[in-house]
Amino acid sequence: MTMSPFAPILVSLAAAVLILASGRRANLREAWTLAAAAAKFLLVLALLPPALAGRPAEAVLFELSPGVRFALRADALGVSFALLSSGLWILTSVYSIGYMRGLKEHKQTRYFASFAVCLSSAVGIALSANLLTFIVFYEILTIATYPLVIHKEAPAAVRAGRKYLAYTLTAGVVLIAAAAIVWRAAGSLEFTAGGIGGLAGAGAGTIKALFVLFLAGVGVKASVMPLHGWLPTAMIAPTPVSALLHAVAVVKAGVFGALRVVGFVFGPRLMADHGLNMVLAVFAGATIVLASLLAFKQDNLKRRLAYSTVGHLSYIVLGAALLAPTAYAGAVLHMAFHATMKITLFFCAGAIYVRLHRENISQLDGVGRIMPWTMGAFALGAVGLAGLPPLDGFISKWYLGLGAAEAGRTAAILLLVGSGLLNAGYFFPILQRAFFRPAKEKVEGKGDASPLLVVPLAATAALSLILGLWPDLGARFMTLAKTAAAAVFGGGP
Amino acid sequence: MGILNNSPALPVLILLPAAILIPLAGLVRERLAYHLAVLSTGLAAAVSALNLAKVLEGGAIHYWLGGWFPPIGIEYVLDHLSAFIVLVVNVIAFLVILHSRVLVAREIPAPGKHVPYYAVALLMLCGFNGILVTGDFFNLYVWLEISSLALYGLVAVGGKKSAVAAFRYLIMGTIGASFYLIGLAFLFTSTGTLNMADMKAVFPHIAGQPAAAVGLVLMVVGFGLKMALFPLHGWLPDAYTQAPSSSSALIAPVGTKVAAYVLFRLLFFVFVPEEAGRGLPVAQAVGWLSAAGIIFGSVMAIAQKEMKRMLAYSSIAQIGYIGLGIGLANSFGFIGAVLHVMNHAVMKALLFLTAGHFRMRLGHSRIPELDETARRRMPWTTAAFSVGALSMVGLPPAVGFFSKWYLALGTIDRSNWIFLGVILASSLLNAVYFFRVIERLYLVKSGPKDGESESAVSEAPASMLLPVLLLAAAIIVLGLLNAFVVKGVLQAAVPPGMT
Repeated sequence: MTMSPFAPILVSLAAAVLILASGRRANLREAWTLAAAAAKFLLVLALLPPALAGRPAEAVLFELSPGVRFALRADALGVSFALLSSGLWILTSVYSIGYMRGLKEHKQTRYFASFAVCLSSAVGIALSANLLTFIVFYEILTIATYPLVIHKEAPAAVRAGRKYLAYTLTAGVVLIAAAAIVWRAAGSLEFTAGGIGGLAGAGAGTIKALFVLFLAGVGVKASVMPLHGWLPTAMIAPTPVSALLHAVAVVKAGVFGALRVVGFVFGPRLMADHGLNMVLAVFAGATIVLASLLAFKQDNLKRRLAYSTVGHLSYIVLGAALLAPTAYAGAVLHMAFHATMKITLFFCAGAIYVRLHRENISQLDGVGRIMPWTMGAFALGAVGLAGLPPLDGFISKWYLGLGAAEAGRTAAILLLVGSGLLNAGYFFPILQRAFFRPAKEKVEGKGDASPLLVVPLAATAALSLILGLWPDLGARFMTLAKTAAAAVFGGGP
Repeated sequence: MGILNNSPALPVLILLPAAILIPLAGLVRERLAYHLAVLSTGLAAAVSALNLAKVLEGGAIHYWLGGWFPPIGIEYVLDHLSAFIVLVVNVIAFLVILHSRVLVAREIPAPGKHVPYYAVALLMLCGFNGILVTGDFFNLYVWLEISSLALYGLVAVGGKKSAVAAFRYLIMGTIGASFYLIGLAFLFTSTGTLNMADMKAVFPHIAGQPAAAVGLVLMVVGFGLKMALFPLHGWLPDAYTQAPSSSSALIAPVGTKVAAYVLFRLLFFVFVPEEAGRGLPVAQAVGWLSAAGIIFGSVMAIAQKEMKRMLAYSSIAQIGYIGLGIGLANSFGFIGAVLHVMNHAVMKALLFLTAGHFRMRLGHSRIPELDETARRRMPWTTAAFSVGALSMVGLPPAVGFFSKWYLALGTIDRSNWIFLGVILASSLLNAVYFFRVIERLYLVKSGPKDGESESAVSEAPASMLLPVLLLAAAIIVLGLLNAFVVKGVLQAAVPPGMT
């Protein structure tokens, strides 16, 4: 008896209803969130053993369109993304409660309900067995995120919401067109490790057109340049939203889509035959460099983190584009590991905002002494993102580099090393300010931010460290990544 | 036995006597009119469901009125297509009539006008049912006139401006009907029959004659006008805007669909347009005009300040989807078009009804004046409106997505990338004009003039809320389960020979 992959999706959907129903009793409402988050993680965890054993749990409901079922399959790649998003939701929920109550934010019921729906759709995206099911959840995620982006309801937030919708809805219709063309060309929409078989018979023109459509369709959420414009703007959202959705769920849904498209729609052989991998690699490489350079210019902490995210997402895209098993495994790993580090940094940014009401890097002088825990965690995350051991960022980057070597792409290795230096370049000055410069202004009160904020960020920082030392511990991310890569490249070149 | 043997004629036979009985019942008690209308439309919907079940089980049903055999007598035919659309029309009509009691009392305040309102509404529905079930071209014309005259009445009852709109509609509608009649005359003189099946049998012999081509084109233009096919849509915006909300909610979801049905019937079942002489691309012309209409209607909708007028222009665009499916003339296009008949009926009924709620509780439905107050006072209505709007944008799993999905598959089979682009662009244009409203409803703070009391919840009464919530639920449920409709009904409805 295996767990149905529908269970973790339904848990948070039911929680959204309960949250809306208990809007007037804040403690009960938050209890639903926490209970759903814990239950969801355990339910996803139950999908792990079958995925590792190569017998992914499946669930097939009715047909969505004749011949295309509403179907889920918890394979290694999907479980990896599902574990990551549901696991981090637990910590984010605790943090959200601290953050929203700390700032006495309005409309918390809408906030927590939207959050729950977002997580349902993120796990739905992870476990979708075919492209149409994927699109259904992908679009739900788009809409469920909108209330979170505009949460502040200030004119700037409304503008950010419009920009967000303009980008993501356009991407959505493009993706629909791509799916329709695949269906007519290949006769199947099933995600198949190594590529959908029927697609090989399509003409070169069709394949190239499809590639462009897919690149635009998933590229927006994956914020591949020049489609990244919405992400820094959307940083207007409350910080927990930025943390989970803009470092974990939404943007990772985009790169997850890229991994699916490369490995399970086109497949490595078709990508290589039509030279699509080079195009993808060039886009990813350019994004890595440009985003890192742009990150230097940002004084607003969250915006700098946003550009850093744009760059790191393209690591994952690059890993897929290298078409080497080790690089693909590195990409899957980086999807998970970047999340633990980036969420730490966003949590820290939020804690600083709640405690000191500061948003800009130039205001951070001496903060390390006021908030030692927070800035300590920040240091760990920053070191990890620069790709230094013993953080998990080193592991995933190491595999990406090995993969690049395997594929014989020296340029990619140089890019990874260079980007590591750039990362260090835009993160370390923050640490220097926080720890080694004297504070400019007096701060009221003593001590770090509230434990509801500090405990989650310390936990994610510790997680980054633990996964850096034992990358296969617990959620078995390493094994999952290797299993996914082996599935994709098993029969390939 | 007995009465159910006559089931193809039953919806007509229920609605026509009811339309006549209502004025009599109104003499006894005014409220009886409403109850009788609900009862008869409910019965008609139930019978339609039975009819569809019968067709699914045993194939098309042919019914000879009075036992006269065609071509002398009039034949009623229920096949998969007509049975399906009859069901859609009657169910939507039932829900809208159920919803109408409070709104009609509010929007048609003149004493003694409620009773004739329901009588005329049922007459119109009876005409629609007749058009859908008849297998006889002249009988179709008769039902068309009955429904149209009733329809003008329903529009005109709204007030001073609505009378003008109705008169304009009357002129345009009559021109359309005349086109149809003249076209039919051409075909009748060439074939000597008015029965559709007969016409189909005889037609290959006269195909190629100019009369056949001219007749067909005139009939298509006539119904193109009734369907508001771009650029023959001029009557629609005013008629939908000025009519009382109950009337627009009754006319907009089903009225134009009935005309679209006639085009399906003409172009795919009776005539093969390519045979009508000189490779006449009638269906393709409908398709290209519709594509233009989709863009035109959507852009105009963005420019509107009045919600009902925006919905009217949106209807022109949405009718374009159906026309676009006709233009594709392949099985996915046909399925998409017929599915959209249902989908759009559900969505537009919901949206016009919620516009009615806004008018009733806020006194207006002008978009620039909407704000948070609307949502605070009517949370359910606003939520239902949002569901309808998201479905119009075409977001899964709502029904609107699946219309687009099948139409997109159809365009790919034809390699018609322009049509594909139009469908996708229309999604985004829809997003522009619907999110504009949603944004106001949820995010714009109410002005200082609103006191505490104004913000209190004052949702529409249950009799209005129930149909609206049912329609909102239907949008999601029908969307998720659309494959049952497509596989169960629509694939069997695809005209013979179409791939």
